[in-house]
Amino acid sequence: MALHRMPLRLRQTVTHVRWLHTSGLGQQQEALVVEPEPEPFSVFRTQQNDPASQSEKHIGQFYTIPPADIRTLFPHGLPRRYQQQVKTFTEAAVMVRQPALEVISYLKETDMSKPAQRYMFYGLKGGGKTLSLCHAVHFCYTQGWLVLHIPDAHSWVKNCKELLPSSFNASRFDQPLQATEWLRNFKITNEPFLSKIKTRQRYLWTKRELTEEGSPLGELVDQGINRVKSSSDVVGALMKELRQQSGQPGCDFHLAVAVDGVNALWGKSSIQKEDKSEVDPDELTLVYNLRKMMRNNWTGGAIITTLSHTGAVYPPKLAYLPQELLGERGFDNMDPFIPVSVPYYSEKEFESCFLYYMDRNWLQHPMSRTEEGKKEIIFMTDRNPSLLDRICAFL
Amino acid sequence: MAAPCTRTLGYFLTKYGTSCSSIYGVSSQVVRRQICTSAVMHRKNLAAAGPEKFTMEFIEKQVEEFNIGKRHLANMMGEDPDNFTQEDIDRSIAYLFPSGLFEKKARPLMKHPEEIFPKQRAVQWGMDGRPFHFLFYTGKQAYYTLMHDTQSKILDVEKHQDRLRAKGLFSQDVKGIGLSTSRWLLKEELEELLVEPISLQDYTRFLQLMERLLSLPYCAMEEQFVLSYRQRLESQSMKRTVPSLEKDEKGMAFITSQGRRKTSNASVVLRDGGSGSVNINGQNYTQYFSVLQDREQLMFPLQFMGMLGRFDVESTVSGGGRSSQAGALRLAISRALCSFLSERDAETMRQAGLLTPDPRVRERKKPGQEGARKKFTWKKR
Repeated sequence: MALHRMPLRLRQTVTHVRWLHTSGLGQQQEALVVEPEPEPFSVFRTQQNDPASQSEKHIGQFYTIPPADIRTLFPHGLPRRYQQQVKTFTEAAVMVRQPALEVISYLKETDMSKPAQRYMFYGLKGGGKTLSLCHAVHFCYTQGWLVLHIPDAHSWVKNCKELLPSSFNASRFDQPLQATEWLRNFKITNEPFLSKIKTRQRYLWTKRELTEEGSPLGELVDQGINRVKSSSDVVGALMKELRQQSGQPGCDFHLAVAVDGVNALWGKSSIQKEDKSEVDPDELTLVYNLRKMMRNNWTGGAIITTLSHTGAVYPPKLAYLPQELLGERGFDNMDPFIPVSVPYYSEKEFESCFLYYMDRNWLQHPMSRTEEGKKEIIFMTDRNPSLLDRICAFL
Repeated sequence: MAAPCTRTLGYFLTKYGTSCSSIYGVSSQVVRRQICTSAVMHRKNLAAAGPEKFTMEFIEKQVEEFNIGKRHLANMMGEDPDNFTQEDIDRSIAYLFPSGLFEKKARPLMKHPEEIFPKQRAVQWGMDGRPFHFLFYTGKQAYYTLMHDTQSKILDVEKHQDRLRAKGLFSQDVKGIGLSTSRWLLKEELEELLVEPISLQDYTRFLQLMERLLSLPYCAMEEQFVLSYRQRLESQSMKRTVPSLEKDEKGMAFITSQGRRKTSNASVVLRDGGSGSVNINGQNYTQYFSVLQDREQLMFPLQFMGMLGRFDVESTVSGGGRSSQAGALRLAISRALCSFLSERDAETMRQAGLLTPDPRVRERKKPGQEGARKKFTWKKR
């Protein structure tokens, strides 16, 4: 297998060298980065695939998430366009960028006996907030944390096919489909923890079905997956168990809560009740439980969130700052948090991304190999990662 | 005060029909005279159509009335009657009779009679009823005179050439007439010059004859004659004035310019030595124009001149939709860019159509149909 891969790598290097000569600027910048690298295969790619050992010198370079990790960690969690790219390039390359590195460095220093710290990625549309979150989540995963990843909180407050009144509390509503889907993915991601962690409470689902105290967490999750009706409450129970047990003596796991689009929790919802009146997000069981998770009254972990304008329900136009998107109530609930700005690509990052696309033979138009072509692409995208991806898709 | 001024108005309304003029109290004699208007004259043979339509006395009287009316108008507007120009008249009329009519020609106007009454031909025959001109009975005497003249010029040139040949001085390469800066008069222009309607066939024959004259080596003899039937062309970009650059406090050159398309207005400040950032109404352009085509419009002038990333663009744009805003910005940026370029580069920009405003506007809806062109659904009954 290794022999098989070798010529491929070499070929990349060769194509790359030709490129360096055409763009003097890129060469200068990248050469500095490459020098200390023990195996300088290419300037835009780092062999350091472990997020824990990535540092400032890797900024702007791509690292590859192993396919096995993708399957277990992100059964659903990657943005759609990135998923397409992964499929096309047959590898999941993520650029090492400053915001994610910053959060990872904080996570490394976390004091597990203190209440969970909250981090929030924010920035303009298409800046790479979700992928930064994924990068941080990947770090947690490689460190052996328990990852509670909500890939899109907005999907919980809209487009609900099935809305049932909750059996636990009549004033709330269950979303069985979303809950089961999430539980299924949770099970895939955290398979090893499910048997280790035991419940500390007795749960009575119906007259006949119950979960005994001291049964493994996997049983609880299976209950939610098999009995669709109780799935939303299972999510609540699961979160409660994790919250209570993390950071306690005798429980050897760290909890990472990752929420994409956290502003959905305090925003509006577009779900309608049977009498056509709007459902308030407070009334949704899933949102209610997730909000509890956002409170930092538990220890031994971290909360990583992103704000998201895309997919939000009636967001204010052009808003991207935390106080604008979260609203007053959300901001008060989330306060204090550490905001991390995710900017557009810098010149170096753009260059690296451009070379990566070139290396993957993604840019086929003859003009894209010229300096003018590159200038045009820069103008059309303003180094916005998402726009760059879209434009390069048809070049 | 009122009476003379209505007379004035009656004057410029006479052009549009009899009914109006009687309301304004113009004498009935005038009314009767202007029944035969220019439209009628164009249809018929002018030379054989009988006595002329407007007598000299009539025109003179009209001019006199115009001058008096002009003075009255100046007094009404409280301006100096002696220095009251045609522009002042137009301005006053637009002020006194605001008109929302779409067609400009249908709006009230007051012009010198020379401009309103078509140019007329002098009397063609004497007291005894015999025509003065020998070509009168061809029906198009001016046109055939022109053809005769041209033919005789050709003969003259040929004769001159023969004489040179006999002396042995004839050579093929003599200087011809420079025609690159002018064009032939159009049919309408020629009609106006001859005061006679001519057919398309007549016009082509005239052109053929002129070409024959030009094909002679020594045609430069008749240069003046030929050029009198040609219209000079002026280079458009030469006429355009380019505003010069200004300097800001840091000594960087900048320029402000405007552009418009459809109902959008854009103003742009182009700064030299920037990083290529573009700001529209205080927003980043990628946010303001989410559609790729609009950003392409914005990029095109800069990309065409190979100046991407050199300027900082700061702009405000209002009105219209997104594509017209992008078009207005493109025009404004191109105009601003001209100041940074040499004359030759500006000319290439003009030829690329970057400096030409897009004249297309929304077409009005017509009564009796659903839209500008679309008709109502046809129903049998």
